[in-house]
Amino acid sequence: MAFFDIETLRVIWWVLLGVLLIAFAVTDGYDLGVNTLLPFVARSDVERRMVINTVGPNWEGHQVWFILGGGAIFAAWPFVYAVSFSGFYIAMFLVLSALILRPVGFKYRGKKTDLAWRARWDWALFIGGFVPALVFGVALGNVLSGVPFRFDSDLRVFYLGSLLGLFSPFALLSGLLSVAMLVLHGSNWIALKVEPGPVHERARAYGFIAGALTLVLFVLGGLWVAQGGLGFRLAAAADHFGPSNPLRSAAVAAPGAWLDNYRAAPATVLAPVIGLLGALLAVIGNRARREWLAFAGSALACAGIVATVGVSMFPFILPSSVDARSSLTVWNASSTGHTLGIMLFCTVVFLPLILLYTGWALRVMRGRVTTREVGLNPDFY
Amino acid sequence: METGIVDLSRLQFALTALYHFLFVPLTLGMTFMLVIMEAVYVMTGRPIWREITRFWSKLFGINFAIGVATGLTMEFQFGTNWSYFSHYVGDIFGAPLAIEGLMAFFLEATMVGVMFFGWDRLSKVAHLIVTFLVALGSNLSALWILVANGWMQNPVGAEFNPESMRMEVTDFVAVLFNPIAQAKFVHTVSAGYVIASAFVLGVSCLYLLRGRHVAIASRSMTVAAAFGLAASLSVVVLGDESGYALTDNQKMKLAAIEAAWHTEPAPAGITLFGVPDFENRTTRYAVEIPWMLGLIATRSFDGQVAGMSELVLKAEERIASGVQAYDAVERLKLAPQDTQARAQFEQHKRDLGYGLLLKRTLDDPRKATPQQITAAAWDTVPSVPLMFWSFRLMAFIGFAMIALFATAFVLCSLRRHTRARWFWKLAVLALPLPWLAAELGWIVAEMGRQPWAIDGVLPTFLAPSSLSRAQLWVTLFGFTALYGGLAVIEVRLMVAAIRGGPHRHEPDTPPPGRIPATPLTA
Repeated sequence: MAFFDIETLRVIWWVLLGVLLIAFAVTDGYDLGVNTLLPFVARSDVERRMVINTVGPNWEGHQVWFILGGGAIFAAWPFVYAVSFSGFYIAMFLVLSALILRPVGFKYRGKKTDLAWRARWDWALFIGGFVPALVFGVALGNVLSGVPFRFDSDLRVFYLGSLLGLFSPFALLSGLLSVAMLVLHGSNWIALKVEPGPVHERARAYGFIAGALTLVLFVLGGLWVAQGGLGFRLAAAADHFGPSNPLRSAAVAAPGAWLDNYRAAPATVLAPVIGLLGALLAVIGNRARREWLAFAGSALACAGIVATVGVSMFPFILPSSVDARSSLTVWNASSTGHTLGIMLFCTVVFLPLILLYTGWALRVMRGRVTTREVGLNPDFY
Repeated sequence: METGIVDLSRLQFALTALYHFLFVPLTLGMTFMLVIMEAVYVMTGRPIWREITRFWSKLFGINFAIGVATGLTMEFQFGTNWSYFSHYVGDIFGAPLAIEGLMAFFLEATMVGVMFFGWDRLSKVAHLIVTFLVALGSNLSALWILVANGWMQNPVGAEFNPESMRMEVTDFVAVLFNPIAQAKFVHTVSAGYVIASAFVLGVSCLYLLRGRHVAIASRSMTVAAAFGLAASLSVVVLGDESGYALTDNQKMKLAAIEAAWHTEPAPAGITLFGVPDFENRTTRYAVEIPWMLGLIATRSFDGQVAGMSELVLKAEERIASGVQAYDAVERLKLAPQDTQARAQFEQHKRDLGYGLLLKRTLDDPRKATPQQITAAAWDTVPSVPLMFWSFRLMAFIGFAMIALFATAFVLCSLRRHTRARWFWKLAVLALPLPWLAAELGWIVAEMGRQPWAIDGVLPTFLAPSSLSRAQLWVTLFGFTALYGGLAVIEVRLMVAAIRGGPHRHEPDTPPPGRIPATPLTA
């Protein structure tokens, strides 16, 4: 691929990593939120089925953003894939187990009329929404604080943390923010997709609380990053064109450095602003009963909040808290230009197609889910 | 690294992969069978074919859910359990996985929802297209996964870069058109079609035996007979056709399968039965068919099939050369500009992986004695009895499947299939066999690759993450419990759905009353 040099490709793939994470948060995010809300907004079996079927036909496609995220990180940022997935070993296991419960929960819940059977799968669906939402947030909190890993001279990674170490106060705050954000998004989706009635009203009520919490926690997180001394900085100018080898770079922990980019390029402030305005819009839409406005707002909030993490950390992707030198950055953790170029080509061809047919699939299933339809349609979960 | 990490990681990978592979092949085949059934419906307009399609898609759905669920684990396990592997070959290995998501899995997962929920929202033709896209997506997924796996068997188009301490792509087209990947793809999806055909055939025959749903069962049986015959012929004939004898590793795998301890004069005979004996490097009680192996493996009377002893001698040479490559890399680490080390590296880089084999017993391969090199060379032989017997059982089932489907095809063609009671019983009994063959095939392919994670490039024992045994036991126990529970539930639901049959619509709304267990609700 001679169109772009390796430096440009690295930045493009950093942006694409963000696009993937945002697409995951915006699409599968509301599915996770709906799952988390399931036991709260719906009380009878008919209500539960109504809520489940707001996402039933489309969640499977959305989940691929997560799988694609894994594949893309593997292909474009092999270091990040190797270090983060083995470093967060037990946390990854929890997420995977929770996510395994989701497809079977959706598919198997309605296979028997036994209420106890269905209640058990409702639990499975709740876990499949809540646990990933929480752990993803906790993981991002840890990434912002730095992860305890280092390399040996063969570039084998050693991880020095523990499971409990993941749950620092700041990571917990991130986890809660993630849950609040996705619950907000999910409640907006339920409000948009179910017929007016008790479920709709409950979803709005939870949406309001989640929206307020998202705003508060996001602001609190921002203050913590600014005042609490998180941050890393490159100790010397990095070679943007060099071979991917983290041991050749130099980085140091620098409290407050996560604000550097906003000072250097004030336009980047747009990311947190979009996060805040989106959440605000979601709350306003919720109060005004403008469901589309609220949903657009929570989608913007997801995009802005994820983008904020990325923008704050650039060029860092995974800073190391025990050996800052081992930190993974945009410049030292990528695949070769060859691979990045081929992958970019595939993305340019297939991403528009994916957006096209995902939109089409959502359109086929448009309209509100009603109790009547749930009773009549044998295909519904 | 703690001891036992490699074995525990391998055990976990084997368990999760073999489990995943119970469901995936059925998905691969069922989607295309649904396309065939629905196409008949669209062309003839007869409602019974719609009912047939919907019945089998219900069973497909139960299977698909668990196939997807367990696929998640596979995608992330490289990073969680095999992080050095991920780092070492991510530049090549990650790309097919990512393209699989972009090109195939997205299509399949998006369309599968529309397929199940869109019956009343789409025109007949549009729905058929959606079903076809699900089939296309699932089979393209298999293509990309096997491109990745084929590269582990035959790592073409890549070389080691001492500056980044990993393998990097030099020729992506070679990775894509890797002959081993292509052969594996044909073989594996065909096996999936056989499994799906055997499933539809078995369930249909069960109905015929019981005298239930005869109209649907006899039609389904016809589809399964035709599709199954084509698939079983393809799985055996096209199967692993070009897979053998191309690389050293595949040669070793072939020799192990044949328990060929020494190179025989061409054309070599094939050993039908025997007891491989590793200690004495001989096969006792061997029953041979002359010439056959030479014919199958080399397609000629004069091509030789290399035996294990000769391949081990070759491995010894490559290990010695690999030590030179290792030495050069270590020197380049300290002084990247060292031109002498660079030249030494260029000369020996193809054998670096062989040098790494010594790391099993030595920290520094440069200190290896000739005895240690010989021992390491014998390590390149995979478990001979396992290969020998797994392959034979798999191949036997393959031929049995051809016989089964040929019989079914003849019966259907003569319109005798609605009276052939003896065959119905046979088909029901044969139901689990192709699954067994598929799992054995996986064992032959992956255990036959040992001791390599990537043939000639990265030994398996160097590939895992730096984890603790406790961590691995937690996840091993967790996955076993979770998967075991799901397996029981899945089988029960399948049995219930089969027992329920095509006509029964389950009452969708349970008797009135609140969901009992709602402790989370305020």
